[in-house]
Amino acid sequence: MTDLSKRSIVKMVALTAVAAAALVGCGKKEEAPKAEAPAVAKPEPLKIAFAYVGPVGDGGWTFAHDNGRKEIEKAFGDKVVTTFVEKVPESADAERVIRDMAAQGNKLIFGTTFGYMEPMLKVAADNKGVKFEHATGYKTAENLRTYDSRTYEGAYMAGVIAGKMTKTNTLGVVASIPIPEVVRNINSFTMGAQSVNPKIKTKVVWVNEWFNPPKETEAATSLINGGADVLMQNTDSSAVLQTAEKMGKRAFGWDSDMTAYGPKAHLGSAVINWGPYYVKAVGEALEGKWSTGSSWWGVKEGAIEMVNVAADVPEDTKKKIDEIKAGLKAGTFSIWKGPIVDQAGKEMLAKDAVADDKFLGGVMFYVKGVEGKIPGK
Amino acid sequence: MESYALLIAATLNAGTVLAIAALGLLINEKAGVVNLGAEGLMLCAAIAGFAAVVHTGNDWLGFAAGMGAGAVLAAIFGVLVIWLNTNQYATGLALSLFGVGFSAFVGIGYVKEILPDRPHFAVPYLADIPLLGAAFFKQHPLVYGAMLLVLSLIWFLFRSRTGLVLRAVGESPASAHALGYPVRRIRLAAVMTGGALCGLAGAYISVIYTPLWVEGMVAGKGWIALALTTFATWRPARVLLGAYLFGGVTMLQFHLQGMGVQVPSQLLSALPYIATIVVLALISRNPTWIRVNMPASLGKPFYPGS
Repeated sequence: MTDLSKRSIVKMVALTAVAAAALVGCGKKEEAPKAEAPAVAKPEPLKIAFAYVGPVGDGGWTFAHDNGRKEIEKAFGDKVVTTFVEKVPESADAERVIRDMAAQGNKLIFGTTFGYMEPMLKVAADNKGVKFEHATGYKTAENLRTYDSRTYEGAYMAGVIAGKMTKTNTLGVVASIPIPEVVRNINSFTMGAQSVNPKIKTKVVWVNEWFNPPKETEAATSLINGGADVLMQNTDSSAVLQTAEKMGKRAFGWDSDMTAYGPKAHLGSAVINWGPYYVKAVGEALEGKWSTGSSWWGVKEGAIEMVNVAADVPEDTKKKIDEIKAGLKAGTFSIWKGPIVDQAGKEMLAKDAVADDKFLGGVMFYVKGVEGKIPGK
Repeated sequence: MESYALLIAATLNAGTVLAIAALGLLINEKAGVVNLGAEGLMLCAAIAGFAAVVHTGNDWLGFAAGMGAGAVLAAIFGVLVIWLNTNQYATGLALSLFGVGFSAFVGIGYVKEILPDRPHFAVPYLADIPLLGAAFFKQHPLVYGAMLLVLSLIWFLFRSRTGLVLRAVGESPASAHALGYPVRRIRLAAVMTGGALCGLAGAYISVIYTPLWVEGMVAGKGWIALALTTFATWRPARVLLGAYLFGGVTMLQFHLQGMGVQVPSQLLSALPYIATIVVLALISRNPTWIRVNMPASLGKPFYPGS
């Protein structure tokens, strides 16, 4: 018996070790510099590291960030070396991973999710010689700055298309977590739709997670069963689009181009393009012009785009989308311009007033036309 | 009315996943083995099934691959807990954690894969009945399969000789051994059958229910299935009803939100476990209930000849 169990323990330990090695091996990937740096006077390449919350293969949020990282490599070639660590949880692990990145000599570190805010603040305070960039956060330091993208501009353009394409005048949104960013997107989607179709109603279902495909599927199914025929999602997977495809309705791609996931259902993808910001940030770091602050980029800076609009969307709607893009670029058009009233008809933004970033950062009400209540309100 | 019919249809669909997995676990537990690895096992089966459909285009081969993957993993688990007498709970947990990581590792290349058009099913004639057709007769064949599975399992466990032996092994392995039954082999067969059914449920998720692959996509359904066997006090018919109940709660919550009624979804997702604890507390207070329902040797190792 003892002999047997000893053997089994050895086996189990060996198995566990192999499995652990495999997991570690797939969790961390480094892209080595292409050639050995020659010994003669050539400046050391700038070492840049990325911490991702999800797997690069999520097809949405993290995938979009990794495309941005690749653009850095394309733009700067051997002047930079980039590495990334994926699936870094928003917990104490994040601090360890980011501290490790600084210790390995990275001089510019990007953290791509809200939950890294406190860990990055701590590590930044201990590593003054390293520059930190935090996506979607609001706390800065002399060597830590924030950046974000105006996803609501994509939501508004999706709304314009949805308002035109719906037959039931009922839209559906699968929403993730009730924070201003998501509420703002639901409102912008609805306002876009109302700009071409005043009869629009929007139904919202919250799944309370960023990424849970079965739940997203169930939520999308119930929206469609309840009469919605065009769906949008503020979650990270392509499940909503695929559900619409299966049930013969229409939907959008979010964060990344999702055309391939539901070719018949796809009306367009509201994508985030992090490349321009990343290239600018790295350029500043290389030239010694980097300074703290916060950036919020949208269509104007090339960070938000509506791509692959479906062929059956009428020409005048496509033209309207182009006009919106042009207006946002030129600064002649604002999505959040009064009068804007909430569900009860209370005026939240006076006529002709344009919302500033502070107002947008605190949107926690539904505009008229959205049904239901924000959870916890 | 139409939307209620569709709500019923969605409930049946959601309950089927839970029912198939929980019935598999029920077979395990009737033979005296608890497999806490259900979640990991279902994930491995989900990627196996998804990959099979990507490469062959045939859903049924996908289900077969999922069942195969489930059975193989369950066999590893079975050998560990039945022959090497490792602790069932610890080994099951290890299997679950292993399955989560391993399926993610194997599935890296499949994240961007897309399945061909998903088929639509309808029962001829019956599907055309207004309301009832939409509610009951436009389901995937496996939804009806789960109902048949319950009937055949009731017959097997309580009417057939093999079922009697299986239950004997779960109640008193020493007596079954004394009567000359190969307790270990019967337990392994039960564990592998249960694993295959969990695998079928996993493959149903990735091939039909949410036709895509992303890591961790089973999202706790394995744990709910485990809770269900206890909730149902180890009775097949109650497992099915419990599965529809839990499936229905999920769908109803979304349905209500869509109608503008706010419900605390966090609390509802804890509901299956709360219900299970309540049932556990109830049956544990009553010794006869326990004796009647819970397999007496559940979770205990068996040493022949000791």
